[in-house]
Amino acid sequence: MPFPLTVNGIPHQIDLPGEVPLLWVLRDALNLTGTKFGCGVAACGACTVQIDGVAVRSCQVALSDVDGAVTTIEGIGTPDNLAAIQQAWIDHQVAQCGYCQSGQIMQAAALLAETPDPTDDQIDAAMQGNLCRCGTYPRIRAAVHAAAQSMKV
Amino acid sequence: MSRIGTIARRTFLVGSAAIAGGVAFGVWYATKSMANPLTPAEGETALNPYVLIDAQGVTIIAPRAEMGQGSHTTLAALVAEELDVAWEDIRVIHGPPGQAYYNHAMFGGILPFPEYNKSALAERIGDVAGYLGKALQTQITGGSSATADGFEKMRHAGATARETLKLAAAKRWGLKAADLRTENGAVMAPDGRTLTYVELAPSAADLTPPSVELRPATEWKYLGRTMPRTDMVAKSTGTARFGIDTRIPGMVFAALRINPHLGGAMKGFDDTEALKMPGVLRVVNLTTGIAVIATNTWLAQQAADAVQIDWEASPHPDTQDAIFANIRAAFETEANSTLRDDGDAATTPEGATLIEAEYAVPYLAHATMEPQNATALYTGDALVLWSGNQAPILHQKRCAEAVGLEPEAVTVHTTFMGGGFGRRGEYDYSVYAARVAKAMPDTPVQLTWSREEDMTHDFYRPGGMGRFRGAVMDGRAVLLDGQIAAQSCLRQGGVRMMGIEAGGPDKGLVEGAFDQPYAIPNHRIRGHIATVDLPVGFWRSVGSSITAFMYDSFLDEMAHAAAADPLDFRYQLMKDEHAPSAACLNAVREMSGWTGKTPEGTGRGVGFCYSFGTPVATVIEVQDTGSGIRIAKAWIACDPGIVLDPGNVEAQMTGGMVYGLSAAAFGEITFTAGAADQLNFPDYDALRIHNAPRTEVRILTANRHLGGVGEPGTPPAMPALANALFDLTGKRVRALPLAKSFDLLT
Ligand code: FES
Ligand code: FES
Repeated sequence: MPFPLTVNGIPHQIDLPGEVPLLWVLRDALNLTGTKFGCGVAACGACTVQIDGVAVRSCQVALSDVDGAVTTIEGIGTPDNLAAIQQAWIDHQVAQCGYCQSGQIMQAAALLAETPDPTDDQIDAAMQGNLCRCGTYPRIRAAVHAAAQSMKV
Repeated sequence: MSRIGTIARRTFLVGSAAIAGGVAFGVWYATKSMANPLTPAEGETALNPYVLIDAQGVTIIAPRAEMGQGSHTTLAALVAEELDVAWEDIRVIHGPPGQAYYNHAMFGGILPFPEYNKSALAERIGDVAGYLGKALQTQITGGSSATADGFEKMRHAGATARETLKLAAAKRWGLKAADLRTENGAVMAPDGRTLTYVELAPSAADLTPPSVELRPATEWKYLGRTMPRTDMVAKSTGTARFGIDTRIPGMVFAALRINPHLGGAMKGFDDTEALKMPGVLRVVNLTTGIAVIATNTWLAQQAADAVQIDWEASPHPDTQDAIFANIRAAFETEANSTLRDDGDAATTPEGATLIEAEYAVPYLAHATMEPQNATALYTGDALVLWSGNQAPILHQKRCAEAVGLEPEAVTVHTTFMGGGFGRRGEYDYSVYAARVAKAMPDTPVQLTWSREEDMTHDFYRPGGMGRFRGAVMDGRAVLLDGQIAAQSCLRQGGVRMMGIEAGGPDKGLVEGAFDQPYAIPNHRIRGHIATVDLPVGFWRSVGSSITAFMYDSFLDEMAHAAAADPLDFRYQLMKDEHAPSAACLNAVREMSGWTGKTPEGTGRGVGFCYSFGTPVATVIEVQDTGSGIRIAKAWIACDPGIVLDPGNVEAQMTGGMVYGLSAAAFGEITFTAGAADQLNFPDYDALRIHNAPRTEVRILTANRHLGGVGEPGTPPAMPALANALFDLTGKRVRALPLAKSFDLLT
């Protein structure tokens, strides 16, 4: 029995065992490779997506347990139609290798939805599950603040 | 990538030869006899190994891997500076394997001269070694050399292309090339007529490139400014394709289990249960382990866990103690090098205060954010490889050997890398993918390592020990005698990567110590090679990542023994030896408002290291929060000589420091029965946003040659942190990681 799954507004029927983590459904079945694999044990945040607006580690959510609409990095904006938060990431030239950044952006977008103008401490608290081996943290913090400002107006 | 998909299968002279559908002519820089590795398809024109023009415009072929260090952007700026193309119209892709991309600067840097003291002779010999790099067919990204190597070549590439296109336009119009100008990807006549590069490229095929002069720095438009990175939009929208994102129609997914007892083989395995699991297509015997091919990576991983494997033991020492006993024993063996030997270091000057200390640093994993992976398609007489790698020629060659093909039959597509840090100069992950793909011909197979597989099968930064004797008198250092003992990355890596037994002094073992710009009258640094043979490799900043902690911590100890301010103690020894280095110290003194005194609950430490041509001074401030010590602030001053992209230099310095602080604070790989004990990020953590310092970077430009920026930020961060913790607590810790001795905020 295929599982119904809505990703970025598009409904799918997924013919995989129910215990396959959402991460591997997105990447290998739907070719949505913007969501990254980093650790598989909820320790790096590279796989962060949103389910009904809440940031979750997609490596920890089984396909059969997905109970809402999934949004991935591909769903919040595209190169031709950037989300405000992506524009802030570009303005602040955040990425180095870039591998962690989909997860960072999805986590930050969820933070801003709940806390439109976060303090540094709130950013630190929300973002500390997202590892960046390239050490882009200062620019991440600056970009979150900038996105908060641009989303206000 | 398919636009340059095919690798040149014939040789032609750079500079003049037309080839099918276009032209190849190039960089009059090192020699005229390099093969252009680009074979333009119909409708494309490869102007030289670095510039390709087709109907879509100008594509720059970066000869260096982009693993986060921004080299694509800076190399593109070097070409664009001379070529006169609009920044938005430039595309950058990775080059295919080709000898023309040899890395001159990196091999120029392995000779045993202190960098800061390059004499004309040393420079000339360094040059010869650079050509050696070509002979060895290297195309390696490493040694922070990408920009230094490209500095002349890439500008020449742009200028040569521009002048030849002008020549083509001059012929078309019957005008003199000297009367034409170029702008925005077009040649313009005085009367306003224009011809685009795209229109002109094919007719440039018959022309001999004129000799060119490079524009002076005063005319630069792109260089010296922070340019928007060419990969930034892709990396902010999830559309950048890393190796792990390779998707080929009909592709299947594989998981790997190699003997965790490093160097051990496999006695046998039972895959009965695994083969019954959903999605599983095949189990492949790799002799030192297995791979499972399935319809989904996770299903493959689950099945790999279900294979019962009987491992052979590791040939390496059983315990961590035995490994470090071996390293310690190396001190008693004859020194492999004494690259610094000033004065008489064997005798303690009369009346001086003698101090001694012993340091130790652990083995470290690279832990790139993207686990190792590669994708391969084997079709019997050819292999196509998609791999994020720092050395495409090497990957091509080793994959060819592994599947029994000639190198020419192997096509390598280099993708973006989710971090390299030295790990992706190794070729093991590409070879495994090639071997697994051979077991399933005509089907593209993506082999993704689990994080556990990645962490337990690294080429580790070697653990090491340092023994230091020093003496101070009247507030100054009069003796510094250091010995470093560790495995030699160069010896092991030389055999593995190039099939060369590297003899002679291993500079990599003692760099970061022997080559530091301090005037100490009796000054000796010896390197001792340990015989333990765990897999080791090149880790961001290589030898300096081991030695800087020891050497600079010891200087700090000497300063305290001399009752001198630690920053000023270094400065006094440095100011007449190398002014640009001393200026970096002065800069962090000023930036941090260094007084030598810190309030209760705050500690400050300074660290310095000259590596890859760039001196870097770092001040770290730690604060006792009552619930853990926070690495609160950092000030960095560096001098890479010429600053091509200040925004990128700042990012690399900050990132390099975070990488170094992460290791100094938390990083340690230990081995039991030859197997790494740390498996994943919970056991091998790094700094995160909440415990990384607020950082300020200043870039100076007094140094007289172009230095690297990707690595030099890493080494000084480690001693700076240890020195700050000493200042805070009075406790001198001589072994990393520091979290074992201090309650650092996690
Ligand atoms: S891959 Fe999910 S948190 Fe690391
Ligand atoms: S940008 Fe490389 S891991 Fe974050």
